[in-house]
Amino acid sequence: MSQHAVAPVAGATGPINHVPTIPLRELAPWALFFGLLGLLVLFFISADQGAVSIPSGTLIHEWVHDGRHLLGYPCH
Amino acid sequence: MSARAFLVRGLLAGLLAGVVTFLVAYAVGEPQVGAAIALEEAGGDGHSHSHAAEGGDGEVEAAEVSRANQSTWGLLTGTLAIGVALGGLLALVAAATMGRLGRLTPGQSTALVSLIGFVAVALVPFLKYPATPPAVGSGETIGLRTSVYFGYLLLSVLAAVLATYGVVRLRERVGTYAAVVGGTAAYLVVVVVAGQLFVTVNEIGDFPADTLWSFRVASLITLATMWGVLGVALTGLVGRLYAQEQAVAERRALAATL
Repeated sequence: MSQHAVAPVAGATGPINHVPTIPLRELAPWALFFGLLGLLVLFFISADQGAVSIPSGTLIHEWVHDGRHLLGYPCH
Repeated sequence: MSARAFLVRGLLAGLLAGVVTFLVAYAVGEPQVGAAIALEEAGGDGHSHSHAAEGGDGEVEAAEVSRANQSTWGLLTGTLAIGVALGGLLALVAAATMGRLGRLTPGQSTALVSLIGFVAVALVPFLKYPATPPAVGSGETIGLRTSVYFGYLLLSVLAAVLATYGVVRLRERVGTYAAVVGGTAAYLVVVVVAGQLFVTVNEIGDFPADTLWSFRVASLITLATMWGVLGVALTGLVGRLYAQEQAVAERRALAATL
């Protein structure tokens, strides 16, 4: 797969002209933790105190009301 | 090029996208929100939600957050939080796909992921369940509307992921052109068929068509701004990082020969 087509120097060891990849095992903890955090934020901004309320009340819903409507999330 | 480097850049791009989206939404969207709320108050048929100065349905819910706050700080909170969250998620997807989408460079694959993200997360769900202005949408159906919207969104994202994976796998056998055409067609078939099967929500009633149209255009502009700025900023940051790392690698390779 390694295609050092125009490697400028013989025996070059650097990843020149070869797009690097990040091993999925290295990526997994980042994806897991930020994935959960990001989805939590999206939930609170887009849907909380609409169909599901944690905590109960309407303050969050009211506060982000205009953002919800303009970003296309279901709102009443 | 580490996961951390991608995430930091995604959060930065998201912050920028959140600020720009706020400005655009405030300038383009807020007049339409205001017009819809004015109609709602003039109609006076008291939906079960609580805009400032609306009578509401018995509970003490009037003016919990004033319109002045909703249209400025509230809107900014929403766009910033959504921008940063989407930016982080997009960056991690871009990190995972780097070097795995044919021969695309990191910048190119990031741009492609952003484009697919806009279509799958924002545009296609919008076409099936378009944004509705205040005064449209009954409080009684919010449960149904929320579940079908996010259900359709999830389906669209899953279909896009599978289609992209399919293109990458098929590309070596049938060529890039045929693979991309096939993958795009497969995605469209899934979302169009699902769009026919998913329940249609129509609660427009006698809401004026011109206000509705203007609001939806404003909403689409807001979404396009969010994803556009996100994609452009992240692509630029990732491309620059890759160029820097390449320059370092080239210098090292040169030094090794001396």
